[in-house]
This record gives sequence, C-alpha cells and structure tokens, in this order.
Amino acid sequence: MTEPILTVHNCTMRFGGLTAVKNFSLQLMPQELVGLIGPNGAGKTTVFNLLTGIYRPTEGQIIFRGRNITGWKTYRIARLGIARTFQNIRLFRSLTVLENVKAGARIHMRTGLWDAAWRTYPMLCEEEQVHAEAWRILQEIGLDDVAHYRAGDLPYGEQRRLEIARALAMHPYLLLLDEPAAGMNPQETAHLMELIRRLRDEYGLTILLIEHDMKVVMGICERIVVLDYGEEIAQGTPEQIRTNPRVIAAYLGEAPA
Amino acid sequence: MEAFLQQLINGIQYGSIYALIAVGYTMVYGVLRLINFAHGDVYMLGAFVAYYIIVGLQIDKHPSVGNFVFVLLMCMLVCAVVGMLIERLAYRPIRHAPRLTALITAIGVSLLLENGGIVVFGADPKYIPTIIEPAQAGESGLFVSVGQMIMLVVSLVFMVILRFIVMNTRFGRAMRAIAYDMDAARLMGIHVDRVIALTFALGSALAGAAGMMVATFTSVKITPLFGLLPGVKAFVAAVLGGIGNIPGAVLGGLLMGVIEAFVGGSALTTYRDAIAFLILILVLLLRPSGILGKAVTEKV
Amino acid sequence: MSVGRFWLLRGISLFAAAGSLLAANALIAWLRATGWVDDYTYRVIMLCGINILLAVSLNFINGITGQFSIGHAGFQGVGAYTSAAFTLASIRWFQERGLAGTSLGDQILLASAIVVGAVSAALAGLLVGIPSLRLRGDYLAIATLGFGEIIRVTILNIEAVGGARGLKDIPILTNFLWLYLVVFLLLALSRNLLVSVQGLGFLAVRDDEIVAEALGVNTTRLKVIAFVLGACFAGIAGSLYAHFDGYLNPDNFRLEQSIIILTMVVLGGQGSVTGSVLSAILLTVVLEWLRFLPTITLGGRAFTPSELRMVFFSLMLILLMLWRPKGLLGQKEFGWMVLRQYWRLLRT
Repeated sequence: MTEPILTVHNCTMRFGGLTAVKNFSLQLMPQELVGLIGPNGAGKTTVFNLLTGIYRPTEGQIIFRGRNITGWKTYRIARLGIARTFQNIRLFRSLTVLENVKAGARIHMRTGLWDAAWRTYPMLCEEEQVHAEAWRILQEIGLDDVAHYRAGDLPYGEQRRLEIARALAMHPYLLLLDEPAAGMNPQETAHLMELIRRLRDEYGLTILLIEHDMKVVMGICERIVVLDYGEEIAQGTPEQIRTNPRVIAAYLGEAPA
Repeated sequence: MEAFLQQLINGIQYGSIYALIAVGYTMVYGVLRLINFAHGDVYMLGAFVAYYIIVGLQIDKHPSVGNFVFVLLMCMLVCAVVGMLIERLAYRPIRHAPRLTALITAIGVSLLLENGGIVVFGADPKYIPTIIEPAQAGESGLFVSVGQMIMLVVSLVFMVILRFIVMNTRFGRAMRAIAYDMDAARLMGIHVDRVIALTFALGSALAGAAGMMVATFTSVKITPLFGLLPGVKAFVAAVLGGIGNIPGAVLGGLLMGVIEAFVGGSALTTYRDAIAFLILILVLLLRPSGILGKAVTEKV
Repeated sequence: MSVGRFWLLRGISLFAAAGSLLAANALIAWLRATGWVDDYTYRVIMLCGINILLAVSLNFINGITGQFSIGHAGFQGVGAYTSAAFTLASIRWFQERGLAGTSLGDQILLASAIVVGAVSAALAGLLVGIPSLRLRGDYLAIATLGFGEIIRVTILNIEAVGGARGLKDIPILTNFLWLYLVVFLLLALSRNLLVSVQGLGFLAVRDDEIVAEALGVNTTRLKVIAFVLGACFAGIAGSLYAHFDGYLNPDNFRLEQSIIILTMVVLGGQGSVTGSVLSAILLTVVLEWLRFLPTITLGGRAFTPSELRMVFFSLMLILLMLWRPKGLLGQKEFGWMVLRQYWRLLRT
C-alpha cells in the first residue's frame, strides 16, 4: 500500500471577508493524473497557489512527500519537488527558450554563485551537464529548433509548451498544470494530451491539472475533482463526473423547473 | 509646557506648508502612480515669482490685503501653468512607460528646474523684505506672528476648497475615477488627459501658494535649490499619510511639521533634516500604505 | 572538458589579461612621461575607471536584478570615508616601520584601505538591502534614496572625518594599474555571472519574481546578494577615488552623484554591462568637456559653464527618457558573440 504523495487536509483560504477555498481536501497517489475542474472563480488557481506556498492557508495542512509543507516558502516547496505552470503564461520573456529551461534546471545544481563568478572547473562541468539536459528536454518537447529565440517571441502554443519544459527541468515529483490547453486548437490540444501522458509515464510524475477543455480532462484524467465556490462538490472518474447532476448544475445552471 | 506649546504651534505652521505641498504629490501619484520629483521645485518657483512681483512692483512698500491676494493668485497661476507644461511635455509622452523611466524623467525635470533656476535667477539667496511685524508674544507668552496666522488660515481655506472640489464636483469625481482605473475612466467618457492636466494645475497652484507664503511671511532666504528639501519632506508626509490619499497628505504634513519642530528644538537638531528620511524608511518598512492608506496585493 | 584543458585555457586568459593590463599601464606611463598625456587627461582616464566601477556595480542591482536603487552614491561615500579614515589612522603605523612612501608599503596600505572600504560598503549594502526587500518599485527607489541621504547626513555630522569641511590630505595611492585591475575584476565577475546558469537566477528575479520563487530561486537571498555586491564595488570605487583625489567632502556623495551614476546605467541600457562601460566613459568625458564651454553672456548676465553643465545634463536625461529609455544597448551586450552574429548576417 503506497503512501499518497500529496495530502491536503481541510484547507481553507480566506482573504479578508472572502473565502476563496473552503475545507478543501485532496489526496494524490504517486503517478496519478488528476484533473481539477470547476466554473471560473471556483478557486482552482487558489488551490495551486496554496500548494506552491504563494498563499499560506488560513486553516488546514498540506503534506507533501511525508513533510508538512504548510507555510513553507515557495522556493523551498519547489526544491522539495513541486513544479507548476501558470494560467497566464509567465515565462522569462527577455531570456531565450534555452535559458528559460536552464533556469528551471538551476534548482538542483550543486555549484553556486561563487563557482559561477570565478568560473571554476566544477562549475564548468556542471554547466555542460545542465546544457545537455536542457537540450534533451527541448528535443523531447519539440522546441529545439527555436532554442535561441526570445521566449517572448514564440507563438502562443509553443510558449505553453515551454512552460512545461521549464517545469520539467526542475525534476519535480508533482507537476501542477494550470490550463495548459487554453487557447489551443484541436490539433495542438491532441498533441498536448499525448505529451502529458507521455511525460507522466516516462518521468513517473504525479500530475494535477486545471483545465476547462473537457476533451482534455475526460481524455487523460484518471480522476477528477470538481470545485464550485471554493468547495469540492464532486470527485470521481470521468464517467461519474460527466453524469453528476451537481456538476452539471454548477456549469450550466439549474434546469428550468 | 510653554516650550511644548510653542513647538507645537511652530510645528503646525511648518506642517500646514508641508500639507499644501504634500497634497500636490499625492494627487499626482493617485492619478498617475508617478512621484513628481519636480513638485518641490514648483514650490520654489512660487517663491521666486512672489519675490520678483513684490520687489519688482515694490509691493513691499504698499502692503495691503488686495495686493497680497494679487500676488498669491499670480503665483498660483504661474505655477499652475508650469505644472501643466511639465505634465504635457515630460510626463504625458511616457505615461505608459515602465515606472523607473517615469521616475528618472521626474528626477530630470527636477534637476532642470533647479539648475535652470540657478542659471536664470542666480544662485545668490534672495529675500523679500519683511512686510509684516515679526512674532509677537501673545498673552500666554507664546510667539505667534501675524504672518504665521495668515499662512495657517490660508492653508486651511485651501484644504477645505480642495476637499470640496474632490468630493463634490464632477472634476473631483473624474479625478478619483482615474485614480481607481484609468482605462475604465476613459471608457466612461472621462477626458483623461484634460483631467490629469487640471490635476497637475491644481497641485502646482497649491505648491505655488505655499512657496509664495513662505517667501513673503517668513524670513527664509530663497535660492533655486530651496525647494528640494521641503519637497522631499512633503513627499515623506504624503507617504506617511498614505500616498494617493488627500486627507492623508494633510495629516502627514501636519505630523511631519510637528515632529520636525520637536526634533529641531531638541538635542538632535543637526539631524533635523535626516529625520524626514528616517520617518520615510520606517513608514515604508512598517506600514507602506501609510496611516490612512489601503494595502494592495498582487494577483497571481 | 578535461582538467588539463581547463587549466590551459584559464592560464592563457589570465596571462593575456595580466599582459594587457601591464602593457596598458606601461603605455600610459610612457605617454605621461613624454607629455602626450597631461595630468588633466590622466585624471579623466582615472575618473572613467572609477565611474565604470560605479555604473557597472549599480547596473548589477538595477539592471540585472531589477531592483530600484537610487542611493548608490551613499555606498561610494561609505567606502571612500572608511578607507580614508583607515589610511589616515594607520599611516603612523606604516611610518614607524619605515614602510611609508615605499612602493611595497604603499601597495599594502592601499590594498588594506580598499578592503576596509569594500567591507564597510558591503555592510552598508546589507543594512540597506535587507529592509528594502519588502518594498517594490517606486517605494524601493525612495527608500534607497532615503538611505543614501541618511548616510550623507551621518557622514556630515561625524567631526572625526571633517564633517562639512571635508577630509583632506589623504595619501595619493591609486594608480592606473590598481584601478584598472579592479575594473577588470568587476567586469570579469559580472560577465561570468551573467553567462552562467546560476546567474540566470538574478535575471529571473528581474523578469518575474514570483515565477523565480516557483522555480526554487531564493529571491530574498539573491536580492540581498545583489545589493551587497553592488554596494561593495561602489565602496571600492569610493576608496580608489579617495586615494586618488586626496580630498573628500560629503557633497561629493549627495543625490546628484547618485543621479549621475543612475544616468550612466540608464544611458548604457539597464542590464547591459558593456552599455554601462560605454556610457560611463561617454558621460565622464562629456561632463568634463562641458567644463570648457565658453562663458556665454546674454543680456548682460554671464552664464558660467558649471551652471550650464547641469542644465545640459538634466535636459539630456529627460530627452533620453522620452526618446530612448532603453539606452544605447538595451539589455544586450556588445562582445564577440554580437560581432560573430553580424559577421554571419553579412555573409548570407
């Protein structure tokens, strides 16, 4: 019986008078591919922000890889193994594609600023490794032909993939994808779905995915959690969620009497 | 006790001047999110205009209420125009530029006014001959001069008028709307450029009034650089009260004046000018939104 | 890469660097001896070096890490005054040992003074940097401005270093070799950091702090490091300046000086080290050259060059912001890579 990689215990997030997330609980087993859906404003990105330490939960606890990370600073949580992408793409626009990925790889480097400033031998060796790995990731994602372009100059779909590449470079255990398919055409979406599945299998990642595109959600998620007004209203397999009346009501409104 | 009250009165007097200047800073920051470094120099211009008019027209030989009102209005007018010119030429083109660019431009304008002032007016200090009798002891033994009283009263009157304008007129509403959300205000049909220009005019006029009064009613010697320090202190006052918040600027100004008066009268007198910066740092570290301001968080 | 190859390349580059520095030093000495370079030109050359240090160190804080620091002159002042105080205090120790005036004694004295200046400025940078971390944008700028002024007023009030009268009779110890050795060091360190993956951390903090954190970058630590490094080198610049001019006055380190350094950074392009170097040289030369403007007489009033100098400078600043806020080089560097790219473009 394996341990869950992530356990969220009754987390609540209040901003003054507004309760964005209420009593949210979640368990993720290693290598699961789980979807987090819900109407706009339901609190999904807030959950991501809680998991990555950008917000500290007003109540509740978060346990990741056996450690209580509630209240940890974002960079420590990142180092422990949670990587994420952002709803509005947040790349380092002035850096190149390759540099963006290397920025992700930086997290696990053993040489530091001192070695970098003096260009020591260990630093040069490690940089070679990071360089090679970053290239490998770019090839895998299919961005190697634009490696030296400014990240801000890429077309939208490639920017989204770059964000994923950058997150991958961090060697995460848990990958949080915030609307990775937003703004993509059906072809790109299909490629994305295949990519996500492949990454999960190859790297042994656990993936939590926020998405509005139901094709994606139903297509790749093994389990789906539904949020509405900050609370979980349903959880289950795609089939169960598809036919759940509360979910339907949340998205489409109540059926006329 | 007497000393305490005396310092308090002095403090409120300085403070009302700081308040007048601080209000201009805060209004501009409210609508443009710009720290108008040149504002202190507009105050300096007000003082110089007052000097040239009074000495040039020999008003100091014929003091009268009417003459003073005339000088005051002239100073306010000139400063208002200068303020609008600065906005039009230096700030409007960079309205959508990154903040550091705007900050540096503002610093450049300030330097230009100061050094231009040195070139045009000369660096030698000038002063307006005393027109009003110096401080007279009241019954309680406190020194309150007629000049101080006039400054305080005029400042108060201006504050009240300003409050009225901001809260009860269409222009004031437009100003507050722009401070909230410039694009939405534009979409609502507010002529943003015009309102911003008038905001500058208003703020600069008040600074000009402050400069005129300080030059006329106190024995301060005016130089092209003399707006620098009061400008910075007024800015600190605006931050102290909550930048973007007009009552805050008034409160901050008065507080700054009082604190300075007490420090100036104490053992730390050489550090009087540094106190302003110290207050600034403390405010920024402990409560950046100021006494009356609201904190803003970033959405991720 | 093998260890052997590493040491070979490293040896060659160090040799080349040392060689060019010594050659340049010899050249300057020869030019001075033969009169091609007079004392004033030499002074300008040295001022260029000092301003390069100031601009590049500020660029590290502002352009590369994306912070807003406009009190840089304060750090320079701390370095200048502490090193000068140290030198003046230890000169007797040196004299007693017969080391004063000797080449070796001078080198040791200068080196120690620089270390003192660097460490104190770094401490100042730490003191200023840590509280300032909670602030962003405009607020940070104003806070650093405030700190700069506090430093200046404090120095002004310390009678032991002359207060408002200034500090004089500082032994002149700085020479071309020392100055440009430090310049080379700073440029090398900056360049190394910028091309390294670790250095990407600073750029990440500049571009998007929240994302940088999400990528495991300890943004707080990096911001403090940037401040400390920038302050440290500004302090070194101050120390070198103090031992070059021989006289210090708190007025040298007021807001105007901070603005001048800031202008150099902005003119060159924030984030571009080569830009800072170029604009430091350019502005130093321009500011000096402006001293020689004729005194213009208009309408019976004489306008002296020193008055017009600052008017010109402020106009230039405003125009620069209006027309080319990215500066000469933006965020790009000008080096071998760029030349190679242009070469490739020309060939196709």
